[in-house]
Amino acid sequence: MAPAGNVVQVHPVDHLLRYDRLPHIWCPGCGLGPTMNCFVQAMADSGIPLEKHVIVSGIGCTGRVPGYVNIDSFHTTHGRAIPFATGIKLANPELQVTVFSGDGDLFSIGGNHILHAARRNIDLNIICVNNFNYGMTGGQCGPTTPKGAKTSTTPKGNPEDALNLVRLMASLGAVYVARWSALHVRQLEKSMSRAFQKKGLTFIEVLAPCPIGFGRPNDLGEGLDEMHLYQEECIVDDNADLQDCSIDLRSHKPLVLGNFVDIERATYGEWDEA
Amino acid sequence: MIQVASTPAVLTGKHFMNGDIACAEGALAAGVQFFAGYPITPSTEVAEHLARRLPEVGGRFIQMEDEIASMNCILGASWTGLRTMTATSGPGFSLMQENIGLGMFTETPCVVVNVMRGGPSTGLPTLIGQADVMQAKWGSHGDYEAIAYAPSTPQEMFDLTIKAFNMADVYRQPVFVLGDEAVGHLTERVIIPEASAIPYMPRKKPPFAPGEGRIYEAVDDDLVPPMPLVGEGYRIHVTGLTHDVRGYPVTSAEVHDVLVRRLNDKIRLNADKIMEWESYLLDDADVCVVTFGSSARSTRHAVNVARAQGLKVGMFRLVTVWPFPGAEIARLSDRLKAFVVAEVNLGQVATQVQRFTSRPVIGVHHGGGEILRPETIMAAIEEAT
Amino acid sequence: MVAVSTRQPLDLDRQLVPLGQVYTIPERCKGCKFCIEFCPRDVLEESIAINAKGYHYPVVVRGKEDACVNCGFCRLVCPEFSIYTEDLRVVP
Repeated sequence: MAPAGNVVQVHPVDHLLRYDRLPHIWCPGCGLGPTMNCFVQAMADSGIPLEKHVIVSGIGCTGRVPGYVNIDSFHTTHGRAIPFATGIKLANPELQVTVFSGDGDLFSIGGNHILHAARRNIDLNIICVNNFNYGMTGGQCGPTTPKGAKTSTTPKGNPEDALNLVRLMASLGAVYVARWSALHVRQLEKSMSRAFQKKGLTFIEVLAPCPIGFGRPNDLGEGLDEMHLYQEECIVDDNADLQDCSIDLRSHKPLVLGNFVDIERATYGEWDEA
Repeated sequence: MIQVASTPAVLTGKHFMNGDIACAEGALAAGVQFFAGYPITPSTEVAEHLARRLPEVGGRFIQMEDEIASMNCILGASWTGLRTMTATSGPGFSLMQENIGLGMFTETPCVVVNVMRGGPSTGLPTLIGQADVMQAKWGSHGDYEAIAYAPSTPQEMFDLTIKAFNMADVYRQPVFVLGDEAVGHLTERVIIPEASAIPYMPRKKPPFAPGEGRIYEAVDDDLVPPMPLVGEGYRIHVTGLTHDVRGYPVTSAEVHDVLVRRLNDKIRLNADKIMEWESYLLDDADVCVVTFGSSARSTRHAVNVARAQGLKVGMFRLVTVWPFPGAEIARLSDRLKAFVVAEVNLGQVATQVQRFTSRPVIGVHHGGGEILRPETIMAAIEEAT
Repeated sequence: MVAVSTRQPLDLDRQLVPLGQVYTIPERCKGCKFCIEFCPRDVLEESIAINAKGYHYPVVVRGKEDACVNCGFCRLVCPEFSIYTEDLRVVP
């Protein structure tokens, strides 16, 4: 018979983390923890030496991820992780460069840069944690805040339509586009592993609970309650029409998850090096 | 190198060369391997020339989507160990400021060329201005010290760009080359020496292997920490947040004060090794004309004419505008009657000179668009005498 | 909840169900309850005690010590790196 849960001091992936900085700053129930967990696991399983992994972020709660991962890490300015990462990758193509940032950082202030990185098909992995608001600064609306949602800068409900990130990235030519959630950790980890193996601009959107910034004003409860929402409302369909993949939390329209796009396209630099 | 080189980086010989091109060739002679930029008059020729030459020397050129992306791109590339640069003018320089601050705070070497034009705003894209001097020092938020060179000939566009790369690597921060449209678009003789004669001052390497020390703690008397590179196993964390000796973000007034002071003292206490100026006919002068860049060309002529008329005047030409040689101005001040400051702006260097002297400071100013005429400077010299 | 099927594989008695050992680092836990809620075998419940931060952390339910099948879900979904499992049975 196995003994009851053993209490230990060290976690098997501690060597992949800056464990002297744990516990991290994220709220209980935040989806960033599971996302980072999947990332370090996928990184360890990638077959690529840790010295070659680089992680770059912008500003926001998601922007704090690089500080906790024990590899070369860069926490840059708001919206500018992608050009910074482009510089690293083009200057040293042997590095495996991942941009880990939030919905506002990548698509609001950073929108121009992600557009061109996708157009050029720079060999970068982009992980966009979508918590539907600007969490770090207290829950303001962002480009993915669903219409009608309450945030601190849309107290009567967001009048704007939200971006459909997966449709946008597919239309820009990203070679791998997927959407998972902080609950779907197995598929998310596999997705990240696939991104490491693919050449070109890969994009993974991760739906994540933000209990304090978004959950509370929108009656979504604690992080656990939002995870239950994902459990109930998410469907997996790799062949979904991306036009139908917009997110509306007011209706009971399913949240569509899946590995939507997995294509081959010449990466930046392959043309003139041919 | 990113690719295989096919043409030498150093084009030794005598050339008849445009200022912007000379700047690009200076960068190549200094070993630049990465340029990210965006077209803007009057600096576009720097980008165009490097678009052609960088792949020839094994480097990489990319035109980014805007100046903000360009600045960030060269910061990232710098962390892989390459010498990187961008080139722009006033409006682009304004866009780059936030991330110049990132470069300062993360101590990332790179060179930013600003070929100044008439401003503010869109201003006079094709004509001279020199009104970005203060912006080079104060353009980004927070306290930091700038190193900025002011070439006044295409030859200096070549030579000072090399110096800029060396200073950037030695002091680990972005360094500015403040050209102006007149110098940038002037074609003059440029002599490029043998490659072995080009000075090369590299970055300080970490004195320990990965895992055996803390980079930010390994600071010498010169206050410059060694620079590890991405991919070498140092597992560095680089952040624009205030960081401690581990490189980790901390919210602490004490840590912040220590860090900001070190970053500023890094330049202030080493200023004597950085500053350069030219003293022209100042030994017995009563009046000194302080100037830089293209304005120095008109000034030199005016000084010669004045001397021929028996006036005891000389020129103090700033080769580095920042750090500003305040102590030298104060020292000169003792034996002078007055200063004249000649610049194509409304008094940016003049206010600096006024800080360090109680002698009268007469300005020869112009809002932009035209090189200063020697007769205007002459009139000011006569007034000063 | 475990559904009992009326149809069983013929070789059920020869199948080896994995047995996992749960390990926790209670001081790291922030009480999100993801592991407790989503364990497919309902192995975990909230502790009565609290850690230094005041959170209830996961403990194995009395009597369920052999229920963990080392699926690894708790390890991946935990935001705090405060729980994991290891395979107890060494398969020859």
